Amino acid sequence: MRALRAQVGAEVRMTLERGETLLVTVGIPAFLLIFFSLVHVLPTGTRHPVDFLAPGVLALAVMSTAMVSLGIATGFERSYGVLKRLGTTPLGRPRLLLAKVISVLLVEILQVVVLGAIALGLGWRPHPAAGLAVLAALLATFAFAGTALAMAGTLRAEINLALANGVYLVLLLIGGVVFPLGKLSGFAAFARLLPAAALTDALHPALGQGIAPPLESWVVLVAWAVVAPAVAALTFRWE
Amino acid sequence: MSAIDAEDLHVHYGERVALDGISFSVDAGEIVAVLGPNGAGKTTAVETLEGYRRPTAGRVRVLGLDPISDHTRLVPRIGVMLQRGGVYAVMSPRRVLALFASYYDDPRSPAELLDLLGLTGVAGSPFRRLSGGEQQRLLLALALVGRPRVLFLDEPTAGVDPAGRLAVRDVISACRNEGVGVLMTSHELDEVERLAERVVIIDRGRVVAAGAPGEVGGGEEEVRFAVDREIDVLELAAALGVEVVADGPRDYRVVSPSSPSLVAHLTAWLAERGVSLTDLRVGRERLEEVFLRLVRAEGERRDR
Repeated sequence: MRALRAQVGAEVRMTLERGETLLVTVGIPAFLLIFFSLVHVLPTGTRHPVDFLAPGVLALAVMSTAMVSLGIATGFERSYGVLKRLGTTPLGRPRLLLAKVISVLLVEILQVVVLGAIALGLGWRPHPAAGLAVLAALLATFAFAGTALAMAGTLRAEINLALANGVYLVLLLIGGVVFPLGKLSGFAAFARLLPAAALTDALHPALGQGIAPPLESWVVLVAWAVVAPAVAALTFRWE
Repeated sequence: MSAIDAEDLHVHYGERVALDGISFSVDAGEIVAVLGPNGAGKTTAVETLEGYRRPTAGRVRVLGLDPISDHTRLVPRIGVMLQRGGVYAVMSPRRVLALFASYYDDPRSPAELLDLLGLTGVAGSPFRRLSGGEQQRLLLALALVGRPRVLFLDEPTAGVDPAGRLAVRDVISACRNEGVGVLMTSHELDEVERLAERVVIIDRGRVVAAGAPGEVGGGEEEVRFAVDREIDVLELAAALGVEVVADGPRDYRVVSPSSPSLVAHLTAWLAERGVSLTDLRVGRERLEEVFLRLVRAEGERRDR
């Protein structure tokens, strides 16, 4: 228990101390939220842009921590031999993995607090019964984390870094984060098969009207949450 | 029970044979050094004992346990220093030692280890800012923090400056004196001569010699000398009545135990030709010479 607590503390601290990670996990989401809430240039289709932007930016926050931050850090730990070295300590791989999961969830809570406070300040009024949104965010966390570890466990650290940032940018554009999926014409069908769009599709009704998300977004989220970690478990190379 | 046991260990990477049946053991309170040229299989041997690789054939035991199937019971009792890295780039020595200490039930104090290895001054700097020698010393400290009964050290002094080397040697000796079994690899043969009770020389996956550093070659006593210009080896050999070998342009070796008359004859022969001695030593082959001779011979044997 002491080892797990220390490992979680170390993981969270390293995440919060990496400037480039903070930019992706808090800086960019906060900037998008504030900028597009105040500058009405997006076809959000809602009365106040923030009502559309807040759920999307929260989805981006989940993606940035569970996929970009976790993936890049794990890739470099693998290339520096950290994962290999930890393999011959009593910490063990299961507890290392558990520590990473817990630290991702803790950072996500911090992000929700910060970005949620900004959104409330901009006039966002989420529906109070948002339990389904939490469930959708959890499923998406496993989907993104699995994807991140599948890449980090097989690719060179530098390629993994570039790819994780590239996927972040693409999913930012076609994930229903700033542009509504309905405006993406041909891209929408493809985008809806990816976990980012499935998450925003789930968060909009859950946080906006407090109604259950559509079945298809649950199907996509569950499928990614099962398949991506399984692929990571099967392909991950520790050194 | 030995601290470490390897019996007829084979490790293949696909088609490539990394270890071709090696056997050796390390007792508690003993330092054994595995020597060999690059690619000989040293790291493969050590990493198989650490549980990173599965033997293709043969048997390995550490403290009587199987490194893979008894992994959970074994890891609290071993200390590992990998050949490179293994530390978070952004973490300082103080923080990473405290983190590793939390993994063990009865860890050594991080502050004491920092002091022991001369790292107190850089205890707050991130790992990536440390010099190569400081990084190596931190890796050793991390191997020691759990009070291991067996230590695996893969090139522990690579890149360490002479003062740091002394500290590393002292720390390793102290562990041995407390009953820890130490298996190390090294390219620093004079260091191994000073530190290790026994050496195992491997080449191309096989043991080519094993024994105490002073006896491993089984070599004869010799008289070695250096002079200020080249001499005729055959002429000198005829004059002395024993074999004389040229090791370098001005380095020679008389293959015979030393005696007062041999040395007198040698110096007289040199004096007649106006040649000055620049060095004269008596004794067995040094480990480095044994090593080079064995590895070269093994290479020639394989090439035939």
